[in-house]
Amino acid sequence: MAEIIAGYASSHVPAIGVAIDQGKTGENYWQPVFAGYEASRKWIAEQNPDVIIMVYNDHATAFSLEMIPTFALGCAAEFAIADEGWGPRPVPKVVGHPELAWHIAQSVILDEFDLTIVNQMEVDHGLTVPLSLAFGQPEAWPCPVIPLAVNVVQYPPPTGHRCLQLGRAIRKAVASFGPDLKVVIFGTGGMSHQLQAERAGLINADFDNRFLDLLVNDPEAAAAIPHVDYLREAGSEGIELVMWLVMRGALSPDVRQIHRHYHVPASNTAVGHLVLENQPA
Amino acid sequence: MSQDYHDIPGTYVFDAEASRKGYHLNMFCMSLRHAGNRADFLADEADYLSRFPMSEEQRRAVLERDWNGMLRLGGNIYYTSKLAATDGLNFQQLAAIMTGVSEQDYRAMMLGGGRPIEGNRSKKEWSHG
Repeated sequence: MAEIIAGYASSHVPAIGVAIDQGKTGENYWQPVFAGYEASRKWIAEQNPDVIIMVYNDHATAFSLEMIPTFALGCAAEFAIADEGWGPRPVPKVVGHPELAWHIAQSVILDEFDLTIVNQMEVDHGLTVPLSLAFGQPEAWPCPVIPLAVNVVQYPPPTGHRCLQLGRAIRKAVASFGPDLKVVIFGTGGMSHQLQAERAGLINADFDNRFLDLLVNDPEAAAAIPHVDYLREAGSEGIELVMWLVMRGALSPDVRQIHRHYHVPASNTAVGHLVLENQPA
Repeated sequence: MSQDYHDIPGTYVFDAEASRKGYHLNMFCMSLRHAGNRADFLADEADYLSRFPMSEEQRRAVLERDWNGMLRLGGNIYYTSKLAATDGLNFQQLAAIMTGVSEQDYRAMMLGGGRPIEGNRSKKEWSHG
């Protein structure tokens, strides 16, 4: 049977992708950001997952205001790398896992999560930056990736509670898939940041560190954070953190924290990173 | 619907009202995702903008690169950043412009830990600040 073995949470700042693509990771500005990903790169190479489920958000790339799905699951065989206005990132195309993706779609829809099925979708930095952080610059990504795009651009995004519940449904779905597959689920975005208007540059390290604590040890409390608290305390784009709750919901109630990293800044954003392994009950 | 976020200073939450108001402005920005459209726009901005039924105020904000004005008129940052990209600006340069400081000062603020939350939670704090 397939199994979700661990969760990997990370910010997906576009400038991190640019730093990797342009060979700047060793620069003084970037070194402390990337140093915090060295241990988790070794960890994920050792885990050698068969599939990654990537919870991320599209940034007005594949989806515009024409269509705004709250949860959209990529069921295609592959996903092209998008041009977000600066040209496409020079990274390998993303290969999907249609069998498992369709299985998850059917399972969670019958479990009353009405997600959108997507068969044609370009993927942007929200998905590719975490892959680069986990795997560096390979010729091809080491395993298939199932994209799960969450709307966090048009207010309101789904609630934290709904995200946690969806994660639980995904865990159940994966566990009912026949083939033996090791799955790692990624939750991406955040941490505190505001990209827009006169308050741009807001960072709240206290909020972020409390969120990291709660996500590990008290996910129900993290799921209860109302949207206005994210907007006010973590900045208007900090609300991306609800996506980390999908990842957390897909893990066992108790988890072991393998790795934690926090650094300010990467461009406009606080970088947070967690690796969590399931704990047998 | 409760709009408890209107009290947050210097912030435009992209809610239903903003989305309805800014639809054509944002869809113009969206069109700049394609290199050919970026070139067409830069060749004749006013002519390119005439393809999108946006308000005169929105059109003027685009032509004047009034970035906060675009947000006030229903623009969303992930859309307006495509216009910034067309101009060769990255997110940090755009943020410096929107906050009215030099790129160098903005970068220094971020390296110093960012804009602090203290004093930046509510409009009331800003009016007394």
